[in-house]
Amino acid sequence: MNNLEILYRQVIMDHYKNPRNKGLLNDNGYKTIHIKNPTCGDDITVQSLIEDGIVKDVRYDGTGCSICCSSASVMSETLIGKKKEDAKKIAETYINMLTNKEYDETVDLEEAVVYQGVQKFPARIKCASIAWKAFEGTLESE
Amino acid sequence: MDPYKLKKDFPVLSDETLIYLDTAASSLKPNQVIKKLDEYYEKYSVNVHRGVYNLSYVATEMYEESRRKVSEFINADFNEIIFTRGASSALNLVASSYGLNNLSSTDEIIVSELEHHSQVLPWQNVSNITKAKLIYVPLNKEGRITIENFKKVLNKNTKVVALNYVSNVMGYIAPIKEIIKLSHEVGAIVSVDAAQAAPHKKIDVKDLDCDFLSFSGHKMLGPTGIGVLFGKRELLDNMPPIEFGGDMNDNVNLYEASWKEVPYKFETGTPGIAGAIGLGAAIDYLDNVGLDEIAKHEYKLKEYTVNKLREIDDIIIYNESAETGIISFNIDGVHPHDAVTFFDGDNICMRAGHHCAQLIIKWLKVPATLRISYYLYNTIEDCDKFIESVKNARDFFKSVGF
Repeated sequence: MNNLEILYRQVIMDHYKNPRNKGLLNDNGYKTIHIKNPTCGDDITVQSLIEDGIVKDVRYDGTGCSICCSSASVMSETLIGKKKEDAKKIAETYINMLTNKEYDETVDLEEAVVYQGVQKFPARIKCASIAWKAFEGTLESE
Repeated sequence: MDPYKLKKDFPVLSDETLIYLDTAASSLKPNQVIKKLDEYYEKYSVNVHRGVYNLSYVATEMYEESRRKVSEFINADFNEIIFTRGASSALNLVASSYGLNNLSSTDEIIVSELEHHSQVLPWQNVSNITKAKLIYVPLNKEGRITIENFKKVLNKNTKVVALNYVSNVMGYIAPIKEIIKLSHEVGAIVSVDAAQAAPHKKIDVKDLDCDFLSFSGHKMLGPTGIGVLFGKRELLDNMPPIEFGGDMNDNVNLYEASWKEVPYKFETGTPGIAGAIGLGAAIDYLDNVGLDEIAKHEYKLKEYTVNKLREIDDIIIYNESAETGIISFNIDGVHPHDAVTFFDGDNICMRAGHHCAQLIIKWLKVPATLRISYYLYNTIEDCDKFIESVKNARDFFKSVGF
């Protein structure tokens, strides 16, 4: 299998076709951040609900390529139920991994680790990170 | 013309596996242009219009010689050629200088959904400031600007018509000469975005009778950072500068100043000297090959490709009838950004996205499109490799579940 096939065969197609936690809620408890990449049209809104220091829920909606949409779905599954601090650490580690920066390999990225393959397609790093950046934004707006 | 021979002039194409299909975004540059840039930097890399020493005289002569070449290229007068940063700044100059100073709330500006952002957004801004109405020509079902539809929006309140000559997404040639004639009958001026026309087809501004016409150097084998605004002398004479500073001024006093004659009153600061000189070399190159030949070649490649693409299932082409070398398409069910990564893997450079023309993408009701565009250095083998890659891409995405 070539790099592209490995990338798509794994988790990506599953989450692209069957997105989890998709759809936004009209609930003031949620923090909402919208990020758009005007050059390619990826457009994602992410919501997080933090209660007692725990990520109770992560929701998202938007349009984009398969890498963008699937990464939002994978992110929601990875982060729900985590302590806020751990979620923050996972998001930071994930983005460092994508952008080829040094990252803490002891942090368990769970399914999101497959996006390591995106490193081989530098033009797509933005696609895979936009939802995670929006999530980080929701924590900052807490 | 012989594309196999011409290809050898383009150092980027020395990588024989590379298929470059993104000329509509920017063309590759031939050695002749690169050498001319080197010549400026190596032999007379000094400022223009300022020094009284010989080297500055040489640089000025070369810079102005390029202006002469540009003027002949589009059959304009020498003083009607303003060098700008690119087509975008040329189009902005028209809107900011002519538009902001001549329009008011009872006036109308005609644009279309087929415009590049650099043509529509400056006029959107003029409309917001002056309250002149922005009116869109309804496109026909193919997405074209037609005379019939243009007549529906043209009226005695129309003061400005700002349209493209060739669409950067659909590759359609607009009936611009007739549009200009009709616009003049109601007293409107016409600003033509020729960024996709100048590299591919002979333009005669006197024959078109256009009031303004803009294009970029980098889409026609020239350097980046240089573009051209043509304007009719009497219009330019009456327009105020929009940038102020060195070299554009005549007499400067404490509270007022006067300006140089056109084109210099619109060229403040040190201009893109190397770029302008390089553009001159690009024009020489295009003249040698012949624009008519280039246009024929591109169209032939486009027709060949469209005919082959039609035979492949799940390929949606948005502009089959285009008269130029541009094809906009998608693989059914596959986001263009997913698709373009596959083509990149085959070393095919092409565009995916909005192409700086969101209005036509919205009109097409798609999230984005793939686009290829042919030029003089593309060959039938490029078409074949591209078509093969399209088939493989389609098979791949279907196999993983798209």
